[in-house]
Amino acid sequence: MTRKQGAAAPAPTLDQDLARLEEIVRRLEATDTDLDAALALFEEGVGCLRGARERLAAAELKVQQVLEQAGGDLTSEPLDL
Amino acid sequence: MSLFPSGPEPAEVASVTDLTTAVAGLIREGTRECWVKGEVAEYRVWRSGHHYFCLKDARSQMRCVLWRTDAQRLRQAPADGAEVYVLGRPTLWEEKAEFRFTARTILPTAAIGAAQLELERVRALLQAEGLFDPARKRPLPRFPLRIAVVTSVDGAALRDIVAVTRRRWPLAELLVVGARVQGEGAPESIARALRVAARIPGLHLCIVGRGGGARDDLAAFNAEVVCRAIAALPVPSIAAVGHETDISLADLVADLRAPTPSAAAESAAPDVHVVRRTFDDLGLRLAQALSRRTRLAAERVERYGDRYRAAAEMLVTRRRHRLEQLAGRLEALSPLRVLERGYAVPLTPEGHVLRRAEEFVPGQPFRLRIAAGSVRARVEESS
Repeated sequence: MTRKQGAAAPAPTLDQDLARLEEIVRRLEATDTDLDAALALFEEGVGCLRGARERLAAAELKVQQVLEQAGGDLTSEPLDL
Repeated sequence: MSLFPSGPEPAEVASVTDLTTAVAGLIREGTRECWVKGEVAEYRVWRSGHHYFCLKDARSQMRCVLWRTDAQRLRQAPADGAEVYVLGRPTLWEEKAEFRFTARTILPTAAIGAAQLELERVRALLQAEGLFDPARKRPLPRFPLRIAVVTSVDGAALRDIVAVTRRRWPLAELLVVGARVQGEGAPESIARALRVAARIPGLHLCIVGRGGGARDDLAAFNAEVVCRAIAALPVPSIAAVGHETDISLADLVADLRAPTPSAAAESAAPDVHVVRRTFDDLGLRLAQALSRRTRLAAERVERYGDRYRAAAEMLVTRRRHRLEQLAGRLEALSPLRVLERGYAVPLTPEGHVLRRAEEFVPGQPFRLRIAAGSVRARVEESS
């Protein structure tokens, strides 16, 4: 699909961030992780958290209309309602 | 010349079973499912749940059976004398070598137009193919970012879906594929739009529907082409054919049926505030877990004794430096920063955050997480 507004398809990474963060917290809460590993997990967790928060903060709903051209290509353009 | 007619060659003699089986096969292969119109007589509901009746016209009559699973879907069993359409196929009851019409559904002719007959035909067909099977239903994605909406571009349904999604889940991108949702050519238009939606790259979910209308206006969502296009979508689908009382076939094929377009948008997207809070809670637990973990390390150093103390302290100091860097980064996001301002977070002994007065049971112990450490506390009274 060619797109007049250009963005690539968004990846469903919130799911992955959430799953990874839950895993990290679980492992950190178990006390048998050694300190180095704990710090590395913490660092990664902070990264997940920041990524997720940035995505959740991105705020304006985009509404596009998808059109099929004569040749079968799909294009999209902003739709004002 | 023999006094008696000669008998058949034994090899040419068929058993009764052979013959009835052969006739049953002829009937099975030579006929197909069809609608038959006639008058009902001797309608009986057996204890087994199967229904038996006669269907007749001026010249002929035939015995019919409606098996229990199909009979259960019948809105109402017809009375004797009623004129009905029966959908079914001819079969042979082999034990008695009797012709039976095996019915799948019965509709009173009085209420039925051609549109209804077509609807019942499609319903029976798709049901037989398993397109309504609950096992086919796919779960909806938890955080859909790219959502196709197949509906009329200037209908109320689209405005409702946009409004709800903007409020709940503004991260999303709605990709509208316009379709004619009623009148001449509507089924083909909706099916074409669905096929376009199916080609959108990176799509997570598709909503198809329209706002409420008269029953006839919803007919397009009962069309076979529309149902098949929904079934062929590569992503989960929500049908919202704004009509609380009548369920369209599109509703049955889609992975989820929503009563209205607004409800479809509500089901499609999570509430961003709830999702943010989920992440905030995890952030808090992350910080707590690390602080507990470092405290444990410090205690362990104490126990090492003099001999290892210097070396161990050095290790901890090095890590502390790294921890401080991380803490600086955490601060920007941090629940700890809120705690610094004098707030406290009440937690159950298991570490769950307590948010509502009802969660505090008098006499129950809990922990208060404060900026530096935590204290044990007990509920005196909750209001």
